[in-house]
Amino acid sequence: MANTIIRIDNLRREFVVGSEVVKALRGVSFEISQGEFVSIMGTSGSGKSTMLNILGCLDKPTSGEYFIDNIAVSNLSKDELAHIRNRKIGFVFQSYNLLPRTSAVEQVELPLLYNKEISSKERRERAITALEQVGLQDRMWHMPNQMSGGQQQRVAIARAIVNDPVILLADEATGNLDTRTSYEIMSLFQDLHSKGKSIVFVTHEPDIAVFTSRTIMLRDGKVIKDVAMEPQSAKAALEALPKSEDY
Amino acid sequence: MNFSNLIKIAYQAILRNKMRSLLTMLGIIIGISSVIAMVSLGQSSTQNINGQISQMGTNLIMVMRASQRQGGVNMGNSSSQSLSPKDVEAITSKCRNVEMASPMVSAAGQMVRGANNWPGSMQGGNTDLIKIRKYDIEKGTNFTEKDILEFKKVCLVGQTVVENLFPDGENPIGQEIRFGKIPFKIIGVLAEKGENQMGQDQDDIVIAPYSTVMKRILATQYIHMIYASAISEDACDIAVDEITETLRISHKIKDGDDNDFNVRTQAELLSMLNSVTGFLTILLAAIASISLLVGGIGIMNIMYVTVTERTKEIGLRTAIGARSRDIMAQFLLESSMLSLVGGLIGIVFGLLLSWLITFALDWPFIVSISSVILSFVVCAATGIFFGWYPAKKAANLDPITALRYE
Repeated sequence: MANTIIRIDNLRREFVVGSEVVKALRGVSFEISQGEFVSIMGTSGSGKSTMLNILGCLDKPTSGEYFIDNIAVSNLSKDELAHIRNRKIGFVFQSYNLLPRTSAVEQVELPLLYNKEISSKERRERAITALEQVGLQDRMWHMPNQMSGGQQQRVAIARAIVNDPVILLADEATGNLDTRTSYEIMSLFQDLHSKGKSIVFVTHEPDIAVFTSRTIMLRDGKVIKDVAMEPQSAKAALEALPKSEDY
Repeated sequence: MNFSNLIKIAYQAILRNKMRSLLTMLGIIIGISSVIAMVSLGQSSTQNINGQISQMGTNLIMVMRASQRQGGVNMGNSSSQSLSPKDVEAITSKCRNVEMASPMVSAAGQMVRGANNWPGSMQGGNTDLIKIRKYDIEKGTNFTEKDILEFKKVCLVGQTVVENLFPDGENPIGQEIRFGKIPFKIIGVLAEKGENQMGQDQDDIVIAPYSTVMKRILATQYIHMIYASAISEDACDIAVDEITETLRISHKIKDGDDNDFNVRTQAELLSMLNSVTGFLTILLAAIASISLLVGGIGIMNIMYVTVTERTKEIGLRTAIGARSRDIMAQFLLESSMLSLVGGLIGIVFGLLLSWLITFALDWPFIVSISSVILSFVVCAATGIFFGWYPAKKAANLDPITALRYE
């Protein structure tokens, strides 16, 4: 049995909006082991964004326990949470969130700038390695506006893996992309997974979730389904796409 | 968080918006350069005036008549008849720290020489007057004690008078001019002295024996003022006390009564002029400070807009591990860098500007180190003070909201 890297236990999150209490998560429990590729699915309002914020240490639960890499997150201060985000978590967002007028290498270096243990030489080397891993070795010095959506998302993925995180969190990472590019990105994620990365992929699209090896389905703040399955190959899906786009 | 990384982050952020950074700095550049230029110019003009006054003779002491009251009516200074040649004798004989003293009487009138005439005032003094007033004789000789005793109608003339009465370049020595209806013989020509700090032409002068002016022109027994010189500049204060004491005795002024004369030194004039130019410097600096303040507010404005515009960036930085204080430090550093770089450029511009102006006016060029240091401190303070509020706002942003911000 592989190491458990994420364990959440009876997690609840409530928001007070005006005089009403909105219960976004109503007692969620699951574990994620090292090397898993998990998709968290649900319709809007199911609590998946709240789940992701808590997993990403951007938010704290109202009650319940959350352990990442055996660290109890619920009791940590804001600065300690920032430290966890910097060392143990890699974020990929729907809208890429790249800095304008900043080259790909500098984008990828960004998380390491907040880590004082890494020298500027090592920072540059690791950024270049990460960009090579996502297949952007020819785009090192390109600005975001000189790259396609798929390439920009690859830069964002490189930025997420550059600090060698315990877990990679992707929030609707294919939401802004067309089908072909989505499959390319999923293929990249599968590639990273096969190299041992643990990935949590939040999506509402079932045809994206099929590329993952486990699906956790949320509805109304509760887990209604948690199934492991044999993932489809994104590369195969890519090849199966009609080539009518070539004109 | 490593400080050099922080500098790198702030520096990259500034370079990412070159135009905006430049425009923000412009406010500081103008503010600082005007402060530097104004302070420097104020000090140059002060120095300029000081130089001219010491040329006039800083050991010069002037005894003026005090105003007099007659039946409750203040008659003003000129009506007063408190000084006489006897006072000058008393001063020269009793005051040890006084080197020379001379009476001074002046009479205004028209000087005529052939077809040329020129308005002027004839100043009467003793043989020491030209030494006290630091005039040199270029041609001819000074008058003598004998001339004074005999009420001789002889005079020394300045360059301006020579130019106007002898436009053809004749030698004025030995020539006769008329002052009003009285003929005077020119026995000497004074060397050129130029303008004084008030812009008066010091060469527009005619000096004659005081006895002649008193008896033949004014028909008076009193003199207008006394010029004296202390043995040194440092002895001025003691000399003033000695003169005051001597004159109180010779004027028989009782203890507790006011003097019927005033003693002035150049130091007083110097400090008065200094206070005027000092006020001018402060005024200029105050006006310049306002432009600095406006520049600072410009920085705050831009930084504030920047925070809103870069909400997503702040969210991202938080997500990848920046702490609140890292965000705060980044924005503070950005505003400080803008104001410091702007300040440095401003200092260079300011010095250049004041150098150009002092060069054009032929004033001494003074670099005030204190104003440069002060400007630098003000720059740093401006960056931190006006950057603090926007930086605080950035640091307090909720990362989740910031990441979703469109």
